[in-house]
Amino acid sequence: MIGLEHYLTVAATLFVIGIFGLFLNRKNVIILLMSIELMLLAVNINFVAFSSFLGDLVGQVFTLFVLTVAAAEAAIGLAILVCFFRNRGTIAVEDVNVMKG
Amino acid sequence: MSADLTLILPEIVLAAFAILGLLGAVYTGKDALAPALTWATSALFVLVALWVGLAEPETHYGFGGMFIDDSFARFAKVTLLLSAAAVLAMSEGYMSNRGLLRFEYPVLVTLAVVGMMMMVSAGDLMSLYMGLELQSLALYVVASLRRDSIKSTEAGLKYFVLGALSSGLLLYGASLVYGYSGTTLFSGIIQTTVSGDVSIGLLLGLVFLISGLAFKVSAVPFHMWTPDVYEGAPTPITAFFATAPKVAAMALFARLLHDAFGNAVSDWQQVVALISVLSMFLGGIAAIGQNNIKRLMAYSSIAHMGYALMGLAAGTVLGVQAMLVYLAIYVTMNVGTFAFILMMERDGQPVVDVTSLNMYSKREPGKALAMLVLLFSLAGVPPMLGFFGKLYVLRAAYDGGLAWLAIAGVIASVIGAFYYLRIVFYMYFGDENAQGLDGGKSPVLWGFLMASAVVMVLGIVNMFGVEGAAAAAAASLVVN
Repeated sequence: MIGLEHYLTVAATLFVIGIFGLFLNRKNVIILLMSIELMLLAVNINFVAFSSFLGDLVGQVFTLFVLTVAAAEAAIGLAILVCFFRNRGTIAVEDVNVMKG
Repeated sequence: MSADLTLILPEIVLAAFAILGLLGAVYTGKDALAPALTWATSALFVLVALWVGLAEPETHYGFGGMFIDDSFARFAKVTLLLSAAAVLAMSEGYMSNRGLLRFEYPVLVTLAVVGMMMMVSAGDLMSLYMGLELQSLALYVVASLRRDSIKSTEAGLKYFVLGALSSGLLLYGASLVYGYSGTTLFSGIIQTTVSGDVSIGLLLGLVFLISGLAFKVSAVPFHMWTPDVYEGAPTPITAFFATAPKVAAMALFARLLHDAFGNAVSDWQQVVALISVLSMFLGGIAAIGQNNIKRLMAYSSIAHMGYALMGLAAGTVLGVQAMLVYLAIYVTMNVGTFAFILMMERDGQPVVDVTSLNMYSKREPGKALAMLVLLFSLAGVPPMLGFFGKLYVLRAAYDGGLAWLAIAGVIASVIGAFYYLRIVFYMYFGDENAQGLDGGKSPVLWGFLMASAVVMVLGIVNMFGVEGAAAAAAASLVVN
């Protein structure tokens, strides 16, 4: 029997993979966008699992909002990336370094 | 239903204005309309601020508790609307002269402001998230507004990636809070912690929520995007980042911690105190080596957010009141300081190097004196208004039982005073032969600089009534 804890474990694993993808990836900004998407989808699994466990629809409504915002976020991220590529000629994460922080 | 819509009428008006502005600009002369649209937006912000500010001091709940309209929300809304109006008015001349003023700029700023107004009125994790994302998505685009500049697009990209990470953390926290409390309404979450003990899942969710919000207010250890974004974005946009979004994010922070977790003060107090003390010290120490005044202001804003968080960490009515007063003073100081930075130019090109201010007082004694007042105020030198802001949060922290935090705050402010006074040193005792600046001639910027400096001196009489309004706002937020 698959219970709530299994879903939460999967979601937590995906979330951590997403965070590691953001920090360990040195190659490509597109992979950063994919990692962000992975994190948001892990959150969605969490919401739906809790929603079904609690018998409460609010979690699923929240999931729909998250999905919509994630789509808008990806669109804006890609638009900024296109502008960056035009100026810099590369999308390698190592080359996002004109300013040193 | 119609009562709900009346409640969000200011937001509806602004959103409709943004959409109509976008349509109008697309169908007509595009960027030819941009200066007029910028001024119109600025005027509309002032009108909406008056409208919101003069409303009756009552608390209304809309949309089943998802939207809260109380004195606290109105105080934050007036502050952020007026600061956004000031920044728009300041940016028009600067951006027109450099061919940067596109009609998207006022439209995006309006949408960001609508998001901020949603944030400070949020009464539910869902409205919190939607408001936050509306604000953030608009700000990512504004940061990279200068499409042909590597620095600006890089700033936008960095801001986007780290902002999306923080949204992810915040959402993960929201999902845990939902799962362990069974509701997303703040009024429902606070019911589950009435007994005072918080389940481990709820605590984990709270920590994720705090991390996500700490990103938005650029508190240490989530501050690393701030200097790069401040440096890369065009200066008027940096001025915007340093004012309105900070107010909105701090107000949201206070709203979440008190409305949803007000019964668990001891659980979040230590976390907030820790990020407060780290922000104050990092902001004070890391700014010392900076010669770029925009990076310097970034570290300065990190330190100032540390002080505002100190008021929040106190966990009392006085703490929230001190935080609101501090934010209002901080925004006023930053508007004036950025008016000065926008006037720093040589041969029509913007200059951001601190050393270019050598002996500035010889050429422009009036502006140098106004900047001196603002820098003293930022550093917290008495008798400027900035000193009283710091005194307020220190007293709140001390009364809240955080004497160690208050002492750390005093030490950090002494360290931080060094880099503000270094600019004063350059202006009054610097190298005579260094290449100086042209006198920037903009009556609007000059007016904002002087007005801000005058407020810093005259405000010590009665703070223009902000104190009383902040007290009422804090009382409406903190119930116990």
